[in-house]
Amino acid sequence: MEWVQQIVNGISLGSIYALIALGYTMVYGIIKLINFAHGEVFMIGAFVGFYSIAGWGFGFFPALLLAMTVCAIMGMVIERVAYRRLRNATRIAALITAIGISLFIQYLVIYFRGAQPEAYPNVLSNKTFDFFGAQISSQSVMILSTSIVLMLLLQFIVHKTKVGKAMRAVSHDMDAARLMGINVNTTISATFAIGSSLAGAAGVFFGVYYTKIEPLMGVIPGLKAFVAAVLGGIGIIPGAMVGGLVLGLVETVVSAFGYSLWRDAAAFIILILILLFKPSGIFGKNAREKV
Amino acid sequence: MLKVDGIDVFYGNIHALKGVSIEVLEGEIVTLIGANGAGKSTLLKTLSGLLKPKNGTILYENMSIAGKQAQTIVKSGISHVPEGRRVFANMTVEENLELGAFVRKDKEIQKDIQKVYDLFPRLYERRKQLSGTLSGGEQQMLAMGRAIMARPKLLLLDEPSMGLAPIMVKTIFSIIEEINKTNGTTILLVEQNAHMALSVAKRGYVIETGRVVLTGSAQDLQSSDEIKSAYLGG
Repeated sequence: MEWVQQIVNGISLGSIYALIALGYTMVYGIIKLINFAHGEVFMIGAFVGFYSIAGWGFGFFPALLLAMTVCAIMGMVIERVAYRRLRNATRIAALITAIGISLFIQYLVIYFRGAQPEAYPNVLSNKTFDFFGAQISSQSVMILSTSIVLMLLLQFIVHKTKVGKAMRAVSHDMDAARLMGINVNTTISATFAIGSSLAGAAGVFFGVYYTKIEPLMGVIPGLKAFVAAVLGGIGIIPGAMVGGLVLGLVETVVSAFGYSLWRDAAAFIILILILLFKPSGIFGKNAREKV
Repeated sequence: MLKVDGIDVFYGNIHALKGVSIEVLEGEIVTLIGANGAGKSTLLKTLSGLLKPKNGTILYENMSIAGKQAQTIVKSGISHVPEGRRVFANMTVEENLELGAFVRKDKEIQKDIQKVYDLFPRLYERRKQLSGTLSGGEQQMLAMGRAIMARPKLLLLDEPSMGLAPIMVKTIFSIIEEINKTNGTTILLVEQNAHMALSVAKRGYVIETGRVVLTGSAQDLQSSDEIKSAYLGG
C-alpha cells in the first residue's frame, strides 16, 4: 500500500504549498500584485519558529503562534514601506520592487546570522502508525490537521467577519468599497497580515517536516506556491488551497515513480501548461460584467 | 446643506471642473444635467471624496469636506450611488446591503435591510442571489438600497436611468421621489435623461465642459428654449 503513503506525503507537502499560495492569491486579489517577497516571509516564519523552539524552549503551538504574529507584522511593514506608495504606479514597478524586497530580506538574514543551514529541533513526537497498510507519521497528521484548521479559520474570516467582507469588497472594486466607507489602506494591511501569518505557519511546518532551514529556503517553495496559486486561479482563495494540494501530490507522485530529480521541473511544467491552456486556472472564469 | 464654491478638479492634466459652484438645500431634489463628459460625475466623485479638488471649498452642514477621505464623508451622511451601479457582483444581494451599513455600529441594521426590501420587493426575492446575476434595473435598485443602508442625509445618484428599459426608468424615478419624501433624504441627481430628471427635481444646474452654464427651477429649465433644443429633443 505504498501509494496511500505517497498520497499522505503529497497532501502534507501540498498543504504547506497551499498555505503559502493563499498569501499570494489574497494579495493579488486585492492589489493585483504578485508579492515575490512572500517566500521570504515564509523563511522568516521558519526561523522565528526555530529560534523560539531551539533558543527559548517553546512548544510547537506557542512557536507557531509567535511565527505567525511576527510574519503578520512583517507583511504589514512590507506593504506599508514598499508597496503602498506604488499603488498607482505601473504594475511592473511594483513587481520589480517585490523582487527587490525579496532579495533584500534574504541577504539581510544572511548578513545577520550567516548562510549556514540550521537543523530544526524535534518538537513534535514522531511516531508512525499504520493506516490501511501505509506508515503515516504523526507529524504529517499534525501538520495536515493544523493546516486545515487554519484554512477553515481563513474561510470564516473572509466570509463572516467585517474585515473579511471589506477585503472582498476592496478586491472587487476599490472605489465602490471606498464609497461604503471602507478604509482601503487598513483593509489592504489586514490582507497582508493574514496572508503573511499563513506563510509564517507554513515556514514552521516546513521546518518540522523537512528538518533543514536556511536563508534562501523561501525561493523555491515561494515560486512553487506561486505556481499553485496560478494553477487554482490567481485571486481565488479556494483555488490556492486546491492548487497547493494538487501540486504537492504531483511532486510526490513524480518522486514516487523514481523521477525525484524532476520534482521541481514538474511544478514549472505545470505552470507552463496552465499558462498555455487555461491561464485563468482551475477555478478561474472569464469575468463578465453587466452594464 | 451643501454649498460648493468655485471648485477646480483635474484628472491628470485634464481640467475637468472649472470653478463650479452649486448649492443644495435640505430636503430638495436637485439635478445636474449635461452631455457626456461635461463633468457631472466628476463633481459627484469630488463630493464623495474619490477625487480631491485643487481649489475651492465644499461645505456640508457648515463643515468643510473638500479633500476629506471618502470614509469620513460617508460617516458624515453623504452616500454616493456611482455610475454603472458598481455592485459587488461576487456577493449576494444581502451581503451588498450589509456592506452599505459598513460605517454603522448600531443594532438596527437588520431592521433597515428589511426597510430596503419593503422599498424594493424585487431585492427581497433575490436576497440570496449573487448580485452579478441581477438585471440592470435590479442592480440599480441594489446600488440605491446599499447607499440608503448608510442612513444618508444627502444621497448622490449618478445616472440611475442609464441603460434601463423605459418602464424600469419610471420605477426607479418614482422610488427616488419616495426616498426623498418618506426619509426626507436630500438628493443630488446626475442625469442625461433631462426630461425625467427635471420632472422629479425642484431645481437644476446645467453643466457644459466643466462649467455651470445655466441654473434655475425645474419648470424654468423645462420651458427654456436652450434646454429644449439641447437636452429635451426639441
